Amino acid sequence: MRRLVSGNEACAEAALRAGIRFFGGYPITPSTEIAELMAEELPRVGGVFIQMEDEIASIMAIIGASAAGVPSMTATSGPGFSLMQEGIGYAAMTEVAVVVVNVMRGGPATGLPTKGSQADLQQARWGTHGDHPVVALTPRGVQECFTLTLRAVEISQRLRVPVILLMDEFIGHMREIVSFPEKVEVYHRQKPRVAPSEYIHYAPDNNYNAPYASFGEGYAIHFSGLNHRSDGFPINDAPTIRWNNERLRAKIEDNLAYLEDNYVDDDPDADTLIVAFGSAARSAYEAKLLTDKPIAYIRALTVWPFPDATVRKLAKGRGRVVVPEMNEGQLAREVERCIGADTELVSVTRNDGSMLTPKEVLEALR
Amino acid sequence: MKPAKASSRKTSFSPMIHSYLRMDERFPHVWCPGCGIGIMFGALIHAVHELKIPKKKLLLASGIGCTSRMPGYLDADTFHVLHGRALAAATGVKLARPDMEVVVVGGDGDMLAIGGNHFIHTARRNIGMTCIVLNNYNYAMTGGQQSPTTPRDMFATTAPYGAIDDPVDACLLASAAGAAFVARTTTYNFVQLKRLIKTALSRKGFRLIEVVAQCPTIFGRLNRIPTPKDLVTWIKGHTVTLEAAKKMDAKELEDKVVTGVFVDREVEEYSERYARLVKKVRNAH
Repeated sequence: MRRLVSGNEACAEAALRAGIRFFGGYPITPSTEIAELMAEELPRVGGVFIQMEDEIASIMAIIGASAAGVPSMTATSGPGFSLMQEGIGYAAMTEVAVVVVNVMRGGPATGLPTKGSQADLQQARWGTHGDHPVVALTPRGVQECFTLTLRAVEISQRLRVPVILLMDEFIGHMREIVSFPEKVEVYHRQKPRVAPSEYIHYAPDNNYNAPYASFGEGYAIHFSGLNHRSDGFPINDAPTIRWNNERLRAKIEDNLAYLEDNYVDDDPDADTLIVAFGSAARSAYEAKLLTDKPIAYIRALTVWPFPDATVRKLAKGRGRVVVPEMNEGQLAREVERCIGADTELVSVTRNDGSMLTPKEVLEALR
Repeated sequence: MKPAKASSRKTSFSPMIHSYLRMDERFPHVWCPGCGIGIMFGALIHAVHELKIPKKKLLLASGIGCTSRMPGYLDADTFHVLHGRALAAATGVKLARPDMEVVVVGGDGDMLAIGGNHFIHTARRNIGMTCIVLNNYNYAMTGGQQSPTTPRDMFATTAPYGAIDDPVDACLLASAAGAAFVARTTTYNFVQLKRLIKTALSRKGFRLIEVVAQCPTIFGRLNRIPTPKDLVTWIKGHTVTLEAAKKMDAKELEDKVVTGVFVDREVEEYSERYARLVKKVRNAH
């Protein structure tokens, strides 16, 4: 079925269809429509919507609901995303599946509430203190707000990680035709099949599709934000801390093939490669189509973990890499790591609340 | 007070208490000798046991601090979350699993300073849970800093010349916010404490019990009352019952801690209200 909807509407609809049954949120422009739709629709499917007292409470409430077995989500924007960072770290450390939608707006501080931006790219990766696993997906338009929300929910449940959906104001408030599938495959987390005495909440191989217990199932599980052993209890000894850190890292590294998701339009004759993500990639691709030069192109749909290997491979032997984005060059820093000394890096940035235009990218391609 | 059959009580209660604890290498626990947290923990276990609340249905949540280490020792589902955020996380659990008996414990700093906003709003919504605030007048785990309940002129490491802030009254705050049940006692009154927890567990909506407790190692030492016995006696000396307080004037009550039940009313708790809303919405379609 095809309908004309906004990015925020597509996101909410996907969340419901992906099995999200708990939403805790706090109003903030430009993400509020997601909360409003969830408030309207969740009771209809027997789910719970609650407007919390702030974004800190929102992230903690969804962590609580998810720990109690219910797929959970929140949606926010810059300032609220900043407030949620400690909770995102807690979800990473305790391995609780949550989806956090950040409809990016201009910053810092109150910034540009009604205008778009891509300036939370690095915050999505490093916003909470400490090294931690995180997955972030970035839609280019309204259709992908739908498909990537489905995928965000699935990844969070499979890997027990916080997954961030980096939308932005441009996409959140833009209307496009979306093809809604008849049927959506929903991944349900598996319940443990062993007796409580045998159950290990953070088992060594507990990374992909592994069963895990929730509150109220008789497993007497313990969650703690402290660095912990395989049973969840706090520990201070170096080997166990290393074990836990490795475990968290392995969740991402062992599953790169599952997580990586790029749109690649390579051209063997191209000396220039474009690397882009999200809404800025629309203008970047438009520029590729407008120029008569051969241009290779990659757009990361999964921006964290960053597709290092793929970008390295595509950039190899090429004269320059153009990175268009709507911030002060946050993606360019990642790309820089992946290119050789002989490849020139051209960072195309716009950070004034307006869409980067194809013309601006086209100028860089000259 | 009759001095007790302490030894016989120990032998009769220990197996029951132990059956609620994770009796493994986690012990000895982190608390100092003479700390009041154990008394509160004991009262909670007795209350849960006497009410026959199944362990499978029990969730104990906490934030950060001395009191907040309690969930690690209880053999049930336990949720040690971020500093100040236990009530918000417990809200998510209760709404996801309304059949669970949710208990949240925390200290005065955790619940009333960093968690103060959640405290107000969880009480306002009457989320079904029992919240026990252990008030020992200071941030003990970090070494004795001033808390929002440190009495005027008393010492803390961040109030080296005596506190000039007025303390907050957790019971007044919860009452004003709309909590269903609000009570206060001290660790001196174990029997009353256990009874209050039992009553709270039998009520619906948000139930607050503030327990004034001794912290001899940090707060007591900083205020020259370093022995547990002297500090408990000092707390008792500042305690008046609600009935007695009614006959006292503001001046007399200035440095007093009033104990008793301040609010006990029937409410429809949030998850019941939500279930009703779901029913209404679904019937309309």
